[in-house]
Amino acid sequence: MAMKIGTGEFNDRVGTGIKDSFMRGAVSSAQERFQSRRLSAAEELGNWEDWRSHGEEIRQHVLENLDYYLYQLSENVSKRGGHVFFAQTAEEASEYIKNVVEKKEAKKIVKSKSMVTEEINLNAALEEAGCDVIETDLGEYILQVDDHEPPSHIVVPALHKNRQQIRDVFKEKHGYDKSDEPEELALHAREKLRQEYLNADVGITGCNFAIAETGSVTLVTNEGNADLVMALPKTQITVMGMERLVPTFEEMEVLVSLLTRSAVGQKLTSYITTVTGPKEEGDVDGPEEFHLVVVDNGRSGILGGEFQSVLQCIRCAACVNACPVYRHVGGHSYGSIYSGPIGAVLSPLLGGYDDFKELPYASTLCGACTEACPVKIPLHELLHKHRQVIVEKEGRAPVSEKLLMKAYAFGASSPSLFKFATKIAPTVTSPFTDGDKITKGPGPLKAWTNIRDFPAPNKENFRDWFKNRPKGGAN
Amino acid sequence: MKVTLFATCMVDLFQGNVGKATVEVLERLGCEIDFPEAQTCCGQPAYNSGYVEETKAAMKKMIQAFEHAEYIVCPSGSCAYFFKEYPHVFKDDPVWKPKAQALADKTYEFTQFIVEVLKVKDVGARLNGKATYHTSCHMTRLLGVKEPPMELLKHVKGLEFTELPNKEQCCGFGGTFAVKMPDISEQMVDEKVEHVEETGAEYLVGADAACLMNIGGRINREGKNIKVMHIAEVLNSR
Ligand code: SF4
Repeated sequence: MAMKIGTGEFNDRVGTGIKDSFMRGAVSSAQERFQSRRLSAAEELGNWEDWRSHGEEIRQHVLENLDYYLYQLSENVSKRGGHVFFAQTAEEASEYIKNVVEKKEAKKIVKSKSMVTEEINLNAALEEAGCDVIETDLGEYILQVDDHEPPSHIVVPALHKNRQQIRDVFKEKHGYDKSDEPEELALHAREKLRQEYLNADVGITGCNFAIAETGSVTLVTNEGNADLVMALPKTQITVMGMERLVPTFEEMEVLVSLLTRSAVGQKLTSYITTVTGPKEEGDVDGPEEFHLVVVDNGRSGILGGEFQSVLQCIRCAACVNACPVYRHVGGHSYGSIYSGPIGAVLSPLLGGYDDFKELPYASTLCGACTEACPVKIPLHELLHKHRQVIVEKEGRAPVSEKLLMKAYAFGASSPSLFKFATKIAPTVTSPFTDGDKITKGPGPLKAWTNIRDFPAPNKENFRDWFKNRPKGGAN
Repeated sequence: MKVTLFATCMVDLFQGNVGKATVEVLERLGCEIDFPEAQTCCGQPAYNSGYVEETKAAMKKMIQAFEHAEYIVCPSGSCAYFFKEYPHVFKDDPVWKPKAQALADKTYEFTQFIVEVLKVKDVGARLNGKATYHTSCHMTRLLGVKEPPMELLKHVKGLEFTELPNKEQCCGFGGTFAVKMPDISEQMVDEKVEHVEETGAEYLVGADAACLMNIGGRINREGKNIKVMHIAEVLNSR
C-alpha cells in the first residue's frame, strides 16, 4: 500500500465517510476513550507542559543535528555487525529489502506494525517477489485478512471497525464461529499467528526510535508481537523514517513516556523492545542477520524549511484522537495512510499537492491538535502554511475564491469603503432577507444557508447608534 | 478608564445588538468608550484561507486605526486573538513589527478585560433561566482565556449554569471552512447542537459572535427552542 489510498475525489470520500454510521460510532467512542485516558495519564505524570517542552527540545535538537546522529547510528549498527542502507526513495527502500529477502530465499515474512513500510508500499513489492507476508499486529492483521484494507489510524489501524465487524471478517475468511468478545477475537488471531512466527524466514519491523549512541532500535507495542518478530526469524529488517532517532537511551525514555501516554494513555505499554544489531555469542535469541533501512522519501526536502517541525512527530496520534474533523469523516477520507491533522500536514509534503491539496483545508484551525501534540508541533499553523503555499506559491486556489478574497481584502483595507458597506448592506441584501435572517443566500453564502440561517445585516447601523446613543450608560 | 472598542466586522455588519451590549456594560462599569471609525475587519477570513500578503494592507489599516488606544477591547475571542497574531505576521518587517506588537499588547477580549483589568466579577446582571456555555476554540486554546467568562456568568443572578458536554469541541465554523467543507461543518455543528439540547438549557451563551452565528443559525433553522446569546448580552440583562 503506498501512501495514497482509496480512489475518487476527496469530497466523495468524505461523503462516504459521513454516511458510514458504524465507522463514526467506532471512531467517536475511541476518540473519547483515548482522549480521557491521555488527559489523566498526563495529569498523573505532573508537569505535563515541562515534559512537552523537553520532548520538543529533544526532537528539535535531533533535527538540527540529523546528519551527525544518522552517521553515529549507522557507524554503531555496522560495528555490531548490522547492515545499514540509506534509501532516498520508496522504490529504493523496497528494492533493497526485496533483494535481501530474495538472497535469503525467504518464503514467509512476519511483520510488526509499521507506517513507513506502508508508505514505501513494501508488502506489494514482497508479494510480487512471491513471498507470503503476514502482519502480526492485531489491527493490521484484521485489515490484511479483510482483503488488505488500508489503515484508518496511525496507531490503531482498524479503529474504524467495531468488534461485530471484526467478528464478521474472521467468520467470512476463516470460518470463525466464536463471539465478538475482544478476548476471543484476539485469541483467534493469536492462534493463527503463533505458527507463522515459527515458520517465518524474515522478520520486518518499523522503528519507534533508533538510538544513535548504541545503534539500537526500539519498538513500543502492547501485544508483544514486535518482540517475536525480532526474536524468532533468522533475518531481521528494520525500516525507519530518517528522522526517527534519538541521541541516547536517556532521551528515548523521555520520548517513550510521552508516546505511550499520548497514544493510549498508559504509563508504559506492555512491551518496549530494543534490539542492538544481530545476535552475538551468548545471546539466547535474536536474528543472525540485521538490516536497518533508513528511508528518506521526501523527508530531507522538509528539513531546513518552514515545515521542518512536522519531522518532530513521534506518531502518537494524539492529534488524530483530538481532531473534530477526523471524528466525523474517519481516516479513509483523507486518502492517505497518514490521516488526521498529522496526515493533513505530512501527506502533501511527502506525496505532493496533486493528490493531497484538499487536506490542509480539512480543518477549522481550532487548534485541538496543537494542544494535544506531546512534542509541540504547531499543527494548525502548519495547515495554515500549506494554504498559504497553495495560494501564493502554487497558485492553485480556485479563481472564484481568489476574486472573493481580493474583493474582501480591498474592502477591509479601505475604511471609507467598509463604512459605506455597513450602510448599504441592508439594502443590498434585502432581496435575500426574510425578517432578521437570510435563508437562501447567493454565491458562497449558499453553502452556509443550505443548512443554517445567516443573520440579516443590522437594521439600525451600529456606528450611527453609537454616535447618537444617550451617553453615560443605559441605566 | 478610556476604552477603545474593536467591534469586529461581525458586529459592525450583523450583530449590532452584541456591540450595543458591549458598550453598555463597559459604560456601566465606568469606562469611557471610543470607537475609531477607521476600523474594518481584522483580516482573519482571508488570512486563514492562505491569502497572507493580500491581508497585510487591511491589517496595517487596523494598526493605524487603533494606534492611539490605551486599551483595546473586543467582544470576540477569535478577533482579539488575531490582533495578538499581528506581530507574528509582521515578524520580518522592521517598521510594522513594533507597531503590531504595541497593538497586540493592549488588546483584551471583553470578559478578560472586565475580570483582569477592571477586576470586576459581578457586573450586577440578572437573567432568569438555565444556561450553558460554548468555549470557543480560538478564545480558549489560542488566546488562553478560559476562566473570565465562567467567573462572570457565575455572578449573574437568577442564572442556573450547566456545563456543555464535550465543551471544548469545535462547533464547525472555522471561517471559510463552513462554506468550503459544508458537509463536514454540518456534522460538527449538528453534534454541537445535540450537546446543547442534552443540557436542557434555555440559553446558549458564548463569547464569540462567529461561533454563535454558526450554532445559532443551525438552531434556528431546526426550529429549536434555545435562545442564543452573546455573553455581553447576558451581562447587560437586568
Ligand atoms: S503530530 Fe504530534 S500529536 Fe500528532 S502524531 Fe505526531 S507527535 Fe503525535
